[in-house]
This record gives sequence, C-alpha cells and structure tokens, in this order.
Amino acid sequence: MSSPLLEVRDLIVHFYTREGVVKALDGVMLSVGRGEIVSLVGETGSGKTVTALSIMRLLDHNARIVRGEVLFEGRNLLQLSEEEMRRIRGREISMIFQEPKSALNPVLTVGFQLREALEAHGEEGEAALEKVLSMLRRVGLPDPERLVNRYPHELSGGMAQRVMIAMALLMRPKLLIADEPTSALDVTVQAQILELIQSLVREMNTSVLFITHDLGVAAEISDRIAVMYAGVVVEQGNVYDVFEEPLHPYTRGLLAAIPRPGRELMAIEGEVPSLLNPPSGCRFHPRCPAVMEVCKRVKPRLVEVEPGRLVACHLYGGE
Amino acid sequence: MEGARRTSIRGSLLMARLVLSSPTGFAGAVIVAGLLILSLIGPVLAPYDPYKQDMSERLMPPSWEHPFGTDQLGRDILSRVLYGCRISLSIALLVVAISATIGLLLGLVSGYFGGLVDEALMRVTDLFFAFPRLILAMAVAAALGPSIINTMLAIATVSWPVYARLVRACVLQVRNETYIEAARAIGAGHVRILFRHVLPMVVHVVLVQATLDLGSVILLAAGLSFIGLGAPPPTPEWGLMVSEGRLYIRSQWWVSTFPGLAIMISALGFNMLGDALRDAFDVRLGR
Repeated sequence: MSSPLLEVRDLIVHFYTREGVVKALDGVMLSVGRGEIVSLVGETGSGKTVTALSIMRLLDHNARIVRGEVLFEGRNLLQLSEEEMRRIRGREISMIFQEPKSALNPVLTVGFQLREALEAHGEEGEAALEKVLSMLRRVGLPDPERLVNRYPHELSGGMAQRVMIAMALLMRPKLLIADEPTSALDVTVQAQILELIQSLVREMNTSVLFITHDLGVAAEISDRIAVMYAGVVVEQGNVYDVFEEPLHPYTRGLLAAIPRPGRELMAIEGEVPSLLNPPSGCRFHPRCPAVMEVCKRVKPRLVEVEPGRLVACHLYGGE
Repeated sequence: MEGARRTSIRGSLLMARLVLSSPTGFAGAVIVAGLLILSLIGPVLAPYDPYKQDMSERLMPPSWEHPFGTDQLGRDILSRVLYGCRISLSIALLVVAISATIGLLLGLVSGYFGGLVDEALMRVTDLFFAFPRLILAMAVAAALGPSIINTMLAIATVSWPVYARLVRACVLQVRNETYIEAARAIGAGHVRILFRHVLPMVVHVVLVQATLDLGSVILLAAGLSFIGLGAPPPTPEWGLMVSEGRLYIRSQWWVSTFPGLAIMISALGFNMLGDALRDAFDVRLGR
C-alpha cells in the first residue's frame, strides 16, 4: 500500500478550561488514502470535530496539541508556519460544516463569499467569476448568475450546503473534511447531498474525511470507517468488515444500538465519561461488557489484526 | 458586485426611513441637518464680523439690529454663535472620527486575537474608565495648553476606550460564529477576515456610539473652553462665550444664554438621532 494522503499519528489534544484540563484527544490514529472516503463515527463529544479542527489547525486558543503528527502528503502540518498553513486551507484541504446557513456570513452575498475562496489563493477577476458560476452549476444549483447576488438568508438549508460544497471544492482540494454536513438537513435533502458529495469527489479524485454520528450515513457513503470513543480511535477498517463483524466491544454496542424492526434495542450501559477525568487504562473499560483486569491499568494500542483492519482492545492482543 | 451595492443602498434607505419615522429621530435629524447647514453657510449668514469690537455698542440687549444682542466688547452674538457652529461641529466630528477609528481598530484586534494583547489593552481602557472623562480631558488639556487642536487631542485621548470596549465585546460574539471558522477554512487570512467578515458586523455599533458621542464631545469641548482649558479668546467658541458672559448673567442674560442654547440644542440633536439610530439597528437585527 502506498503512503496515505493523510495520516494522523498519536494525536493528543488538551483543552484548558476553567474546570480543568479536558483531555479531548488521547492518541488518535487515523489514515485517509487517495480518493478514499473515510467516515469518522462516534457519539457527540467523542472528539470527531476536535480531530478535524486539529488537522486544519483551527482549534481555539485554549486548546493545546500536546503531541502527535498530522502528516499530509508526508508533511507534518503541525510544524508549518501559520502562513504556510493558510495556503493549504481551502487549496489542499477544505472543510464543510454542520450548519450550512451559519457557515455563510449573513451580510455578504453568496457570490462574494465564493469568490473570496479563490481570492484568498490569488485568483481574481472575470476568470474567478466564471469558475464560481461553473462550480455552482456542478453542485446542481439552478440559475447561478442570479444566485451569486443573493444573501444567505434567501437560501434553503440544502441550497446553502450546496453552496458550501461548491466553495470547498473550488480550488480542487485533495482532501475534503465534512463535519456532519447532513445532520441539520431533512432526510430527503440529506440523501441528495450525500450523493452529490460522493459523485463530485469521485470525479475530482478528492479524498473525504466524513464526520458523522449516523452509522447509516457512514455505511452509505464511505469506503472505510473509523470509530471514535472518548478521544480515541478504537476501530478502523473496511466499511463492510466493520459492519459485518465489529471487533471492538464499543463498536458492537454501537451497532446494536441502531433501531431495527423485530429486534430488541440494545443500549450501551453507563455514560460517556468526562474527559476532565477520563478512566484509566482503556477509556471504555467502565462500560465494557468484556472488561478484564488489564483494561483498567493499560491503555490498549491500535493494532492491525488483519491487513487494513485495526482495533484498540486487549481482547485482540493489544498490550 | 452590482447587486450587493444595490441592496446596501436599499438597506440604507430603509434605515433612513426607520430613523425618520420616530418623532425623536426626525427631530434629531432636523437639528443635525440644520447644524451641518449652518456650519457650512453660517459665515455667509452672519450679519457682522464676529471679531469686530465696538465699545459704543457693548452689552446691547437683543434688537432688530442685533437679534441676540452684543457682548461685553460690543461683538454681535448672533454672528459669533453662527461662526461657533462650525468650530464646535468640526471639533466634534474630528474628535469622534479619530477616537472611533482608533477604538475600532484596537477593539477589533483585541477581541479577535484575544490573549495577551487583549489583556493588556483592556487594562489600559480600565485605567481610563477609572476617571471621569472630563477630569482626564482637563488634565490632558492643561498639560498641552489652550488651543483648539489641543482640545481635540485631549478629548480624543479620553474618548477612544469606549469604542475599543464596545467593539471588542461585539467581536467576541462574532469571532465564534461558524462563518468565521468557515472563512479560515477556505484559507482566508486574519486581515481579510477582520475587515471583510468581522468589521461589517460591528460597524453599526460604532455608528450609533459615534452619533451619541458627538453630542457629548460638543459638551466636553464647551466645558473645557468654559474653564479656560479649551479654545483661547477671542475665538467664537460656544463654551468660551458662555464663560465670558457669566459675569453679566444677572443683568445681561443674553450674552451667555444664546451660546448656551446652541450647545444644548446641538447636544440634544445628536443624542436624539443616536437613540433613533440605535433603535433602528435593533429592529433590523431582530433583537
């Protein structure tokens, strides 16, 4: 296997808050190959968005990247200067957000904001406008000439997300980070947006890191899937394998918690731990049905049990 | 972008309608417009030279010849009040323009970047807020010596912190909006984000504060001149005129009263306009 486009290695991020240090990410390992769609799934607060923002280096002031590497085409993004990083944002890696309407500035026209994505990388004038219009057509928005003069409040949620997708893909980035891009949309619109993302990135050979808490969406869109729990990636693998045969007890619990007709709904016992004071050893051990003595003391490493299939659990020999 | 310009013109017209539809807004706008016109053409309307002394005509009560009467040196008070309009308004506009710009820039930087810069800047503004504005302005004016330029410098020095604080508070709100994050995610730099995304969201606050401030700056400037720390004689400055007339207030009331009225009316006009502007912006923001 050639080196992946993006590789996050052992990323540890802490937030300094009034209540104390929140250990939001605790050694995240993740990789995204070229042209691949990888879903990052997990509950709210498991660190999906923090991972995304760390990759983009857009974390708030109170966050510290304690350790780790974010390798993008072999370069460690965490060591770039702010200006070098700015040039990567939007051009090499771009991002779309959960609430498309609040991701657009309410006092600026759609066209202005789209052109800004080009201007930030030195493309201006007529050619830029042409590019904007053709991109709007590609994301399936009718009448782009009129649309560019509209304000965000005149758009529906679905239209706004299409605009955001157009903006994110204008510079033909190599990686698109989509942070719950469909969670705020109606189900029918959701399907259209998923399809749109899928077809556009295939066309442009853009890789996607797709963040979602919806396992159904993850199954729909991705090639591979990474499951996060309390700031750790606990399992990673081909989407079919993970859904067919989940290895980590948390993944099993998560899959069992999807409601299906004719089957009793299984809930995972206990609550998501506070990351101010996370459990020792494996962060899942207080809720794990297969907990062993070692789990309380030693943090399991993410190990490859089969080619491309990784899991962080003592059940599988991780020590 | 054509459409954007058209919409912003439409927005401004809407704002103007909203302001003028309230009685105070209308009155304020009329007063302010009147002041602006007078400060432009006042010298043309003035019947006499404001500096021309005539000891035979001193302390004459209001008459057809001298509608506002004459002062202790026989100068025509109407002419002096008309000339004074330009002085007071220029002081107010310049001071507010300077202090609002400084405060706006510092507030933007402080709120957006946060951290140590913010901490340092806010402590400096705290220092200013610890004293009444007039006392501080007096100290600065006294140190610089009496002249119109120094009056403006003194007032500007003590006026910018209000803007800095106000803008910073707004920026703190805007900074955490998703569209700021989104703008960074497309590779926009800090300068671009500050001026294109953050500035438009705070500019209305500055505008309202500036309008309200125009009134208080006129008062401050008049106050400094009144106590002899502002415009030096024989400048036809309103505050100075009130001060010069105070010896005669019991018998020759007109010497102090007319410039005093001018100060009151202009301060009132700017305050009413500022209040109406604030209400209009609140409606538009749905707050």
